[in-house]
Amino acid sequence: MNVGLYGDYGGRYVPETLIPALEELTRGWEAARADAGFLAELDSLLKRYVGRPTPLDEAARFAPAGKRILLKREDLCHTGAHKINNAVGQALLAGRLGKHRVVAETGAGQHGVATATVCARFGLDCVIHMGAEDMRRQRPNVDRMKLLGAEVCPVEFGTKTLKEATSEAIRDWIANVETTYYLIGSCVGPHPYPAIVRELQAVIGHEARAQAFEALGRLPGAVVACVGGGSNAIGLFAGFLEDEGVRLIGVEAEGAASLASGRPAVLHGSRSSVLADADGQILDAHSISAGLDYPGVGPEHAHLRDTGRAEYVTATDEQALAAFRRLAATEGILPALEPAHALARALDLDAETVLVGLSGRGDKDLAEVLAR
Amino acid sequence: MAGSQTPDLAAAAVAGGADLIEIGFPFSDPLADGPAIRRAAERALAEGMGTAACLDCLRRTSERVAVPLVPMTYAALLEAYGWEVFASEIENAGAESLIVADLPADERPELRRVQLVAPTSTNERIALAAERTDGWLYLVTLTGTTGARRELSPALEPLVARARRLTDVPLYAGFGISTPAHAAAAAELADGIVVGSAALAAACEGASALERFVASLRAALS
Ligand SMILES: Cc1ncc(COP(=O)(O)O)c(C=O)c1O
Repeated sequence: MNVGLYGDYGGRYVPETLIPALEELTRGWEAARADAGFLAELDSLLKRYVGRPTPLDEAARFAPAGKRILLKREDLCHTGAHKINNAVGQALLAGRLGKHRVVAETGAGQHGVATATVCARFGLDCVIHMGAEDMRRQRPNVDRMKLLGAEVCPVEFGTKTLKEATSEAIRDWIANVETTYYLIGSCVGPHPYPAIVRELQAVIGHEARAQAFEALGRLPGAVVACVGGGSNAIGLFAGFLEDEGVRLIGVEAEGAASLASGRPAVLHGSRSSVLADADGQILDAHSISAGLDYPGVGPEHAHLRDTGRAEYVTATDEQALAAFRRLAATEGILPALEPAHALARALDLDAETVLVGLSGRGDKDLAEVLAR
Repeated sequence: MAGSQTPDLAAAAVAGGADLIEIGFPFSDPLADGPAIRRAAERALAEGMGTAACLDCLRRTSERVAVPLVPMTYAALLEAYGWEVFASEIENAGAESLIVADLPADERPELRRVQLVAPTSTNERIALAAERTDGWLYLVTLTGTTGARRELSPALEPLVARARRLTDVPLYAGFGISTPAHAAAAAELADGIVVGSAALAAACEGASALERFVASLRAALS
């Protein structure tokens, strides 16, 4: 029996050692989401700790003439990105499962910071695996994680970025599975992770839909989000999937376009669209944005692409940098380089009203942007 | 790990007393492997050991040695090659069976292979894996990735005891078995032992070093 499938994508391609933990997690998650107490606690934390609901802002000066661009301001969440929505929920789950040690991977460092933050809040031990190259280019986030009490383990081999960090986090989990909760940062990995992360991020889309209706009196023509592993995009899309008139557009980094130029392959526990060669060996991704610099993507996105419900396009490093500068100059907002990809494509999109997921703020990227 | 030296190394291992040879088909992101085998996979891929080269290596090795050959790999290679085609190609190239490190017993049950169970496996999963396995059951001695260890894992004994109650298939123990003393202790419990990282380290020093290492393990078993 194959579990956790989105069309032909998803599944559980992991060593047997992890299967009992994944089954325990599935049961724990099913019980939690049916438990009014858990949902109330999550909701309360999202309000008073994360700062939800986040506003829906309008970028009138950023938008080209004749177009309205709305920004879902996840950059205003505690810790500065949408990653905390997922981290809070999974940390509560870790507590319910009786785990005291949390392990996670991080690329841009935003998921690492979010995880270190909730671990500090709930008194959990926290170990973050991060590629050495990402530690260099996202230095402020490394310092933040350490100040929050996390141990940051550099990954010095292979690409030294998110792909290897994820592999090392999974190996850590394999070795310590009896005591450790793996707090995955995007809607990737073996079942049930893609489903858990999607559901915890769906708050973005549900809020945005109601707010857009209030602001516009109708739904936007298009909803745009950047796609690394795909968690902020799937969370935003979740609010609009049933609204057939709303176009859903995911924006990948051109050098990390798992959906636009990948093929079906198995990576990090699931089958999805992946940058891989004809033998299934995983190829290196390249992006200025550490959070998009990943050769895989969540299985649900591969399915949404195949069914045609969502479209996936790419933006170059230069387009993202230009959008970063434009948002700073026109709206007084420094976006993270990841959502700068979504902003870039929102500008030239053929739609009158566009809602963009502004998934995080750009403080972490200043050195990288200034060096260009 | 498959490479240009594999036929010679396999012949040396058989001369040293090996009854079966596992041949790694390298994958770029081997989640079940520790540093030694991960690095060996990186080296093999850098030397061009894609699936076609691995199949050729398997064929040449089967012409050199008479013992069963079992490729060990990851699901990504089968996904890319085609699950059924991969299985028939390795059989044509002389493989006796197959191990897929990231394919638990309930994924792709139609693929004939040696199943793995671990100390974390429930009794239900051990029974399922034993029912579906091809010839023998691979007992992962420890909760962790591959790699040489100082001690034989204490989790092996209770795992063997549980598996014996659930199945009659032969049980081979692997992961972390590194020395003749480990081999002797593991063989008291299981029906066979699998040595990976430590054999790989010996193989790096050449065929005669590998033959001596395997002979030292063999001697410890009798
Ligand atoms: C601000 C921001 N947006 C987007 C991403 C990409 O992740 P995902 O595609 O899962 O939303 C990251 C990842 O680090 C991020 O920090």
